[in-house]
Amino acid sequence: MYHKEKSIQMKSSASALYNNLSVLRIAPRSLTYFTVVHANMVNMVSASWDGLNYSHRQLQSKEANVATSSSLIMQAAWCVLPSRDILVLTSQKGIQMYESDGSIMVYWHALDTPETQTAQAVFARGIAAVREKYICVGISSGSMLVFDVPIKGSNITLSEVLEEHKESITDLASECSGSLECIADMVSADDSGNLCVWKSGEDFQLLNKIPDKAIEAFCSSVKLWKGTVVAGYGTGQIRLYEAVTGIVHAEVNAHARWIYSLDIAPFSGLLLSAAEDSLVRVWHLTMTPETNSVEIVHMYNECVTDTQICGAKFCDGDGYAFAVTGYDLSEIIRYTQV
Amino acid sequence: MSMRTLPLVFINLGGEMLYILDQRLQTQNTADDNTQKGVWSDDDRKRVMNDIIATMFSKAFMEELLKPQDLYSNRALRTVLTRLAHASIMRLNPASMDRLYELMVMAFKYQLLLCPRPRDLLIISYNHIDAIREFVRDTPSVLNQVDETHRKIIEVYTPLSDGEFQLLRQTLLIFLQDMHVRVSLFLKDKVQNPNGRFALSTTGPVPHGTEVPGLIRMFSSNGKEWKRWEFPTGGSYTSSIRVGSFERFGDRVTRIGTNMYSVTQPEETHTSKSYSQKANSEPNPLAKEELNLLARLLGGMKVQNRNTETGFRVNLFATDQEEEEASLFNSGCDAYCSILIIYNLDVQVNTELARIAGEFTGEPEQTESPEGPSNKGDDLLAMMDELIEL
Repeated sequence: MYHKEKSIQMKSSASALYNNLSVLRIAPRSLTYFTVVHANMVNMVSASWDGLNYSHRQLQSKEANVATSSSLIMQAAWCVLPSRDILVLTSQKGIQMYESDGSIMVYWHALDTPETQTAQAVFARGIAAVREKYICVGISSGSMLVFDVPIKGSNITLSEVLEEHKESITDLASECSGSLECIADMVSADDSGNLCVWKSGEDFQLLNKIPDKAIEAFCSSVKLWKGTVVAGYGTGQIRLYEAVTGIVHAEVNAHARWIYSLDIAPFSGLLLSAAEDSLVRVWHLTMTPETNSVEIVHMYNECVTDTQICGAKFCDGDGYAFAVTGYDLSEIIRYTQV
Repeated sequence: MSMRTLPLVFINLGGEMLYILDQRLQTQNTADDNTQKGVWSDDDRKRVMNDIIATMFSKAFMEELLKPQDLYSNRALRTVLTRLAHASIMRLNPASMDRLYELMVMAFKYQLLLCPRPRDLLIISYNHIDAIREFVRDTPSVLNQVDETHRKIIEVYTPLSDGEFQLLRQTLLIFLQDMHVRVSLFLKDKVQNPNGRFALSTTGPVPHGTEVPGLIRMFSSNGKEWKRWEFPTGGSYTSSIRVGSFERFGDRVTRIGTNMYSVTQPEETHTSKSYSQKANSEPNPLAKEELNLLARLLGGMKVQNRNTETGFRVNLFATDQEEEEASLFNSGCDAYCSILIIYNLDVQVNTELARIAGEFTGEPEQTESPEGPSNKGDDLLAMMDELIEL
């Protein structure tokens, strides 16, 4: 179904972090941007579609202290809003937001760090663009920050703090189908596997809480598509839930090790899962409105030999191509459909 | 990231260090060359092991490690581990210490990667502690310290969630990133590829709590399963085996973290770098706060032998050529050590650190043969194995 393309070399290797790859497709300029986190830095590569031009940029964690490890970046991701794209970096110190090419930092939010050192690590993790103007970021305390983003400029403001989760946020996802009919706008996941489903607005509204009573497993990656939550777990399972009711549609024993990344190609319903077991799998989701259910079918496997995969993303909305990063690898491996 | 890495780092790295030292010190004894003037006796070796373990598991040292804090930098960790290695009569030259550190770190990296579930990092640590207990079983006072520490570790780490363990593991993996030193033991066993990367298998038992991949199940809205089918997985997995014991004693089940070095094959501990040094060659000044942490930690360590002249010098691995190579990229280390001395620390600690720094800078007496009883270093120099260049 897919074959391997020429890899993109990075300036440094990928760190072992969940969802450690973000892709931004810029059709008007025939470019695709990729970001991968390496410790306290982010590698940004811009690749032209003809495969001839690559340019690199490295972004530093703010207040990076060279000697100690206290300024590690947890995640980097693009937030696609109608009027602009923002690159968000979440670290142990706070949240940095840049214009999409990483050239200008437009906003910095510092995390409250306790005066005395506690055993609880402090960091921000989980990034999602929600509807027209919100960017949500999760915190290790379980809180989520909602930022209001203007059409242009740096007047970004903290609009709300959502306090629902009690454990560290692991991932956030917004409804990606583009459909306005969906009631749920965002899903958040935490360390205990709890999932919260939200509706955005001046005040975000909690629609549903999906506690994970059955397996009590760690959820590392979530996606929301056509009202279906797709969650990847440390047990290697993928589960599909109906967002507003919490009903389980499907359960897949997908991987033999921790799932590190999920992605959905919204136009085709293709799902990508990647784990520490060196495998990337492609699935297909189909909605059956009559029975109000969603079916998942396995399509394809790719084994990235001797690699613990930490990031996998489709490069376009149809899922024609996808890219993969692995711990200790200094390349972004790409695959396209045959 | 994780604030709880240090105790496990020292137990596992320290454990690996002890495995290697035990093997190398026994190897010195079994060398074919019968012309040495002095050989490491069993008692000498046991004394070294006891002294190092006593220092590592001392109450003050462990208490300092157990405080929630960020992982040290590579430099700081090396400094403390070097000090640990010198807790007894044995003295290692910089080249030997480098090789020792590489071996320790690559072994730990391998263990981290292969760890089936993040929580199993505890089992790996307990495998190390079990072995350490064996090393000191004849010395009740030290054995007691090890037991006490084990109890404390169980108390502190058992309540952590899977997510917190994975965060701990991720923090350590970031720390060990880009290290690809090739170790002959690993290469021989095919667990490491010639490019220095570890081989990760797609077969075998799945970790406890994970199902064998391959099954898709569909559920109706009332929770009943209405369809199931299988998909091809591309690997060949089997069901998980039983879980190891997280208690002080018990069958750990996994062999990860047990001693993989045998006395009969000393060339297993050969290493060769692919020389993509990670900032090792630049003098990397520590932040003042990290130095203070280090100072407290080192200050808390009991000093067994202040008089370096009576210490026995050991070249664990190096040939003369290696020493030269080592001194080239240790020049950064020297600069770093002199920066250590410049910082304004209190006098007692300053002396301690200065002494350690002195051990780093290639003082002439370290490579010349000293007179008198401390001529073991001399003999060991004569007994070196060839490093196999790969």
